[in-house]
Amino acid sequence: MEPGAAGAGGGALFLPLSDSEQQRYSELFARCCPPGAAAAPPEAAAGGSSVGELFRASQLPPDTLHQITEVCGAKRVGYFGPAQFYIALKLIAAAQSGFPVRIESIRNELPLPRFMALKNDSEIRYGNPAELHGVKFQVPHATLEKNSYKRTDEGDKQEPKSPPMSPICSPPASPSSYQRTPLSYGYGKSRNGLEQQHGAPYEVRHSTHQQDGPSSGNYGAKSAHARSTLNRSLSAEREPPDSSTHYADDPWRITEEQRDYYVNQFRSLQPDLNSFISGSVAKNFFTKSKLPIPELSHIWELSDVDCDGALTLAEFCAAFHLVVARKNGYQLPETLPETLLPDYLQAASLKPRHDCTLFDSYSESLPGSQQTRDFNRTETSAEEIPDNSALIQDAKKDDKQVLKTSIAIKPIPKEFQHLTVKTVAQESNALKARPRSRSYSSTSIEDAMKKGEEPPTPPPRPQKSHSRASSLDLNKIFQQNAQAARSGWLPPPPPALPPRPSVTQTEQVSEVELHPQMNRAPSQTEENSSTKKEVVLAQPPSKPVRRKFRPETQALENPELSPTINVTSSLPAVKPHLPVQKQSSKQKRAIQTAIRRNKEANAVLARLNSELQQQLKEVHKERIALETQLEQLRPVTVL
Amino acid sequence: MAVCIAVIAKENYPLYIRSVPTENELKFHYTVHTSLDVVDEKISAMGKALVDQRELYLGLLYPTEDYKVYGYVTNSKVKFVMVVDSSNTALRDNEIRSMFRKLHNSYTDIMCNPFYNPGDRIHSKAFDNMVTSMMMQVC
Repeated sequence: MEPGAAGAGGGALFLPLSDSEQQRYSELFARCCPPGAAAAPPEAAAGGSSVGELFRASQLPPDTLHQITEVCGAKRVGYFGPAQFYIALKLIAAAQSGFPVRIESIRNELPLPRFMALKNDSEIRYGNPAELHGVKFQVPHATLEKNSYKRTDEGDKQEPKSPPMSPICSPPASPSSYQRTPLSYGYGKSRNGLEQQHGAPYEVRHSTHQQDGPSSGNYGAKSAHARSTLNRSLSAEREPPDSSTHYADDPWRITEEQRDYYVNQFRSLQPDLNSFISGSVAKNFFTKSKLPIPELSHIWELSDVDCDGALTLAEFCAAFHLVVARKNGYQLPETLPETLLPDYLQAASLKPRHDCTLFDSYSESLPGSQQTRDFNRTETSAEEIPDNSALIQDAKKDDKQVLKTSIAIKPIPKEFQHLTVKTVAQESNALKARPRSRSYSSTSIEDAMKKGEEPPTPPPRPQKSHSRASSLDLNKIFQQNAQAARSGWLPPPPPALPPRPSVTQTEQVSEVELHPQMNRAPSQTEENSSTKKEVVLAQPPSKPVRRKFRPETQALENPELSPTINVTSSLPAVKPHLPVQKQSSKQKRAIQTAIRRNKEANAVLARLNSELQQQLKEVHKERIALETQLEQLRPVTVL
Repeated sequence: MAVCIAVIAKENYPLYIRSVPTENELKFHYTVHTSLDVVDEKISAMGKALVDQRELYLGLLYPTEDYKVYGYVTNSKVKFVMVVDSSNTALRDNEIRSMFRKLHNSYTDIMCNPFYNPGDRIHSKAFDNMVTSMMMQVC
């Protein structure tokens, strides 16, 4: 029938069609026909718009398509009858195989024409088995790369690549090609860059990049139109996505080209890839997608995992991917799929972000503050330590101090420097994700204090500092004793020492008496001084303070004792029992360690001081508040 | 475990109200509505002197024979009202506070969504899930 019809319509043109071709063509024709007319194929005329779509989906350059329509006789006849349609299809196949568009070329054996825009599972089944990339028929809106892969000469090579590409392409349409379709639909709309793309030799990666440029530029301009056309086509041709079972990957996985596209879009909104897109900017951008607001709201909920009202690059990619998937007919999931989590996306992406994930653990945990101390120690800038630790504690309360932390971290070796921004971002994310007890009720003061108290507990230090004005170091005493015993030199220190250190001790409230047995007492005096301030506050906050003080003070005391003892004992003991050089070198070492320890102790105490000051302020505030309340109530009670 | 949870906007219309379905829901709606008066009274009493120091958690608004009503107000005058079964004596004040805190956190998450216009009804699934976790489990 078809040859006859083709002959009748085409002006004595006999067109041999193989069985598969017949099947395919008739199916395509039926599709293009208006639904009611399907019953009478010979008389029916295919709808012009659907035929146009089909032809465009063949990815041939527009003038080729013009030629085809002329040659097949539709222009002459004025409509696409079955004969014209079949001829046109054959010509498309010829053109796709590289033959010129002429009647003569279609007399040969040709592969079936390939159409990219068709989202039809059945096409797989109808695909010519010789054309193994019949599977690719199902690739609806394929990217240009896929177009290149579908070239017959490259077909087999690209076969293994199709599965990874395919998840995006599982019906109804591929999300990545979603961005391409505005361009392929540019046929007839804007022909500038597109013909090059279609006709380009198949170094398509290159053309994809070219495409990215115009695509990102055109995205805003054409998005409204393109998306509406996409919607139309989707609604017309939506099929149940059962072919996802054909593919190994899932539709929620972002491929490289998609990621590149998302990154480019991100760049167009926010040039700095490490920074955020604010909520309003993102809202305007995603509203262009013409999805209903509740769905966009849901997508935002899914993708903004840290709930900060802004999108990082990873979150933006996830959101964009969800938008694209939704446009292509996928139902939105209830929870964010694993492959779209920001951590996953960041780990899968470029190198700098790899380091960033390392920094995640670094910046989010308290031991992280230790690490900063270690880093700083390698820089031998001991002054950084108190700033860092103090800032890291307070950073939980205040984001500004997070920035200070990043500034303080700068001396860290350069490999970490470029990550400080991300560190800040990470930390701020982490901080925001933390329980937000900070500002919600008056009990937050105690919570904050607790949080403030616990971090300052310093990690056990290998050596303790010593200040001449401060307490003495029992450990060193004993060490000294041991050394002295070995060298047979040292006079028993404890009885001799108390007078001298007690003089210096009075200078500092927090410092201890030398006597080993008085170890507990100094810590208690220190506690008493601090607890006086805290008596006003609730009990629980004072406990961690006390506990914290004890190990500190003890730790402080022990190492501190010995250097002073060393100093003091060195004087009486200069009496030439021992080689003085040994002692002086020991002294030097001891002094250096003492200096270091002093600085650390200083830092710790300064921190404590500031915290206590803060507590004091808060208590004062409360007191004032209570007093004013009392003032107000007083006239009432007088009555 | 609450029996009914409601989020009321500043202008005293409900943004979100959900109750355990077995009971007569209208009754809970009415209870929440009447409790708004008590909330306003508490706010005005506290609010004169110390706007900064004002406690967000309002505590027990009023008890009835069947249940108790707790209130919580944010700094933007959005109110959370929670109706709890009186027979559930194991529920302590701290737990109520923590439930309100969770509600408040979820509410701020919703506000961070740029597609949410303040004053709209709340449709967020995350918020729904959180509220479900706090409602009484009635088979």
